[in-house]
Amino acid sequence: MIDILSKNLPILVVLCPLITSLFVVLIPNIFFSWILTTLSTFLTFLFSILLYQDIQIHSHISYALGKWMPPIGIEYIIDKVAIIPIIIISGISFIATIFAYKIMPEEIEKKSISKVYSLWLLAIAGLLGLVTTGDAFNLFVFLEISSLASVALVAMGAQKDKQALVAAYNYLIIGAVGATLYVIGVGLLYGITGTLNMEDLTNRISDLNNNKALIAGFGFMIIGIMVKAAVFPLHIWLPRAYAYAPSAVSVLLAATATKASLYILARILFSVFENSEKLINNTLLYVILPLSIIAMFAGTIMAIYEKDIKRLLAHSSVAQIGYITLAFAIGTKASIAAGFIHMFNHAIIKGGLFIAITSLGFFIQKRVTINNLSGLGRAMPITFFCFVLCSLSLAGLPLTAGFISKLYLIKATISSDAIWIAILILISSALSVVYLWKMIEVMWMREERKIVIKENPSIYISLIIITFFNVYFGLDASLIVNGSFEAAEKLIGDLK
Amino acid sequence: MISSTIGIWNYWIVFCLMMIGLFLVIGRKNFLKKIVGLTIFQTSVFLLYITFGKIKGGTPPILNETIDSIYSNPLPHVLILTAIVVGVATTALGLSLVLRINTEYGSIEEDDISAQDLVDYHDDIETGKSVDLKFKQ
Repeated sequence: MIDILSKNLPILVVLCPLITSLFVVLIPNIFFSWILTTLSTFLTFLFSILLYQDIQIHSHISYALGKWMPPIGIEYIIDKVAIIPIIIISGISFIATIFAYKIMPEEIEKKSISKVYSLWLLAIAGLLGLVTTGDAFNLFVFLEISSLASVALVAMGAQKDKQALVAAYNYLIIGAVGATLYVIGVGLLYGITGTLNMEDLTNRISDLNNNKALIAGFGFMIIGIMVKAAVFPLHIWLPRAYAYAPSAVSVLLAATATKASLYILARILFSVFENSEKLINNTLLYVILPLSIIAMFAGTIMAIYEKDIKRLLAHSSVAQIGYITLAFAIGTKASIAAGFIHMFNHAIIKGGLFIAITSLGFFIQKRVTINNLSGLGRAMPITFFCFVLCSLSLAGLPLTAGFISKLYLIKATISSDAIWIAILILISSALSVVYLWKMIEVMWMREERKIVIKENPSIYISLIIITFFNVYFGLDASLIVNGSFEAAEKLIGDLK
Repeated sequence: MISSTIGIWNYWIVFCLMMIGLFLVIGRKNFLKKIVGLTIFQTSVFLLYITFGKIKGGTPPILNETIDSIYSNPLPHVLILTAIVVGVATTALGLSLVLRINTEYGSIEEDDISAQDLVDYHDDIETGKSVDLKFKQ
């Protein structure tokens, strides 16, 4: 039994949420459907921890789906790179599910809660499949599973605010165009190479360096993935989708959804196309680097002027995605490692901030704006304390996880002789303090509210867990730093 | 020259459909027309794949004792079967969202809806109507 389990771990990570989502929809009771969802996400997390241990021994697991041998059959690949987003997605989704118990019935009518949990699991399964699969077309299917499920989840926010519908609609249309562009790219590559397996693609495109179809296919794939990853000019769907989604859904999406796509972006850039060096270097220098720098500033400045708190955090996500793509764009081993470190840290930071804001918003009937936060800091000390810690982590103060990622990012830029980029990163981080301080000031310094709010343990337990990780990885980051450096070495080690 | 242009006739059709679809998605303000555009855009990609899979004089790829004839590649067709399912799901979800938007807003024109949203946003944030909170104990 255990033998079968350990042999099939790569597919179990995807199948566990996928299959339970079919059963959750049948359970009418809110509590039991939540229990089943929690169990399923916990099992998924357990499987991914087991996978992590396997990876330390084997360093590369290839799983042939249905025993059809790759490159003909669909292959699931798990290596030291893929394990980072797997851990992020499964871990955060477990924490977010714990958090959802109390918050979900507040915003969604009782009869549709089990359906929401079913969509929730489908979205998680889609994201995990996206990360594990080694087949370019299978990736498209998972891309659509995750994005259709997240669109439906965002639309569930309509019971609180009807703008959620428009947000979901825009997310759907932009996401579907992105996914279709990706399919065009895969089609062109299939046309010239005759394979869909990513490792096989790498080998077959090595002698096609100046083929125009290759360049076109590459462009389509990259643009398609960049839409999903919300890289700067293609991020339009993100702020609204995060702001109007039900609170628990914002937590899940903000922490996980773009991370999977960013990982795919890294894999296409550095693994699938590793042999067309000139193409990649030009793309990094002339497309991704400028866009990331603009994203850093545009996201931060939009956040400074925003008054709706959830939108503010979403704009700040755009800026943080800018840091990650900037790290990829520099393209050295150290900077790619910094990108993965920040990918992990951003997941725990943004997860924590969204949980804190929605717990504050839990007591506010309508939209959480900067004005109606006033004085809540004193009324809800535990939530506020965690919120401040996560904010400091986002700003990158020492002893928090955010500091580690900024440190490695700046070290990497300086070591590759790009001091001006390091300066821009510092300016942008300094600007991010403006919007964080704006929230803290309103919550703490304004007049005290004459209210007593009993903080609910089932809400703040997940906040405390995630804040603990923010501090823990600030004090001892060896786990994630080593993992990221191994991942970066796996991605570009044999190239440079 | 002419034969090579006509030889890639399918690709011209694909190209035209793709651009028509993309234009509808970007240029139209009506939510329903955007979905029509999206469907055309996706269909053009299906055609692209099918064209890849076709070879001149190719037969259906059925396993015989003796395979001596040229046969078409079956894989693009199978992939497109999957993509069609995804496309149907996308269209269905999009249409149901448009239906809900129509009942909530009474319109499916982007301009009307963003005007209504702007009023709501202004009410919420600038005038501070929602500052007056109801707190749950």
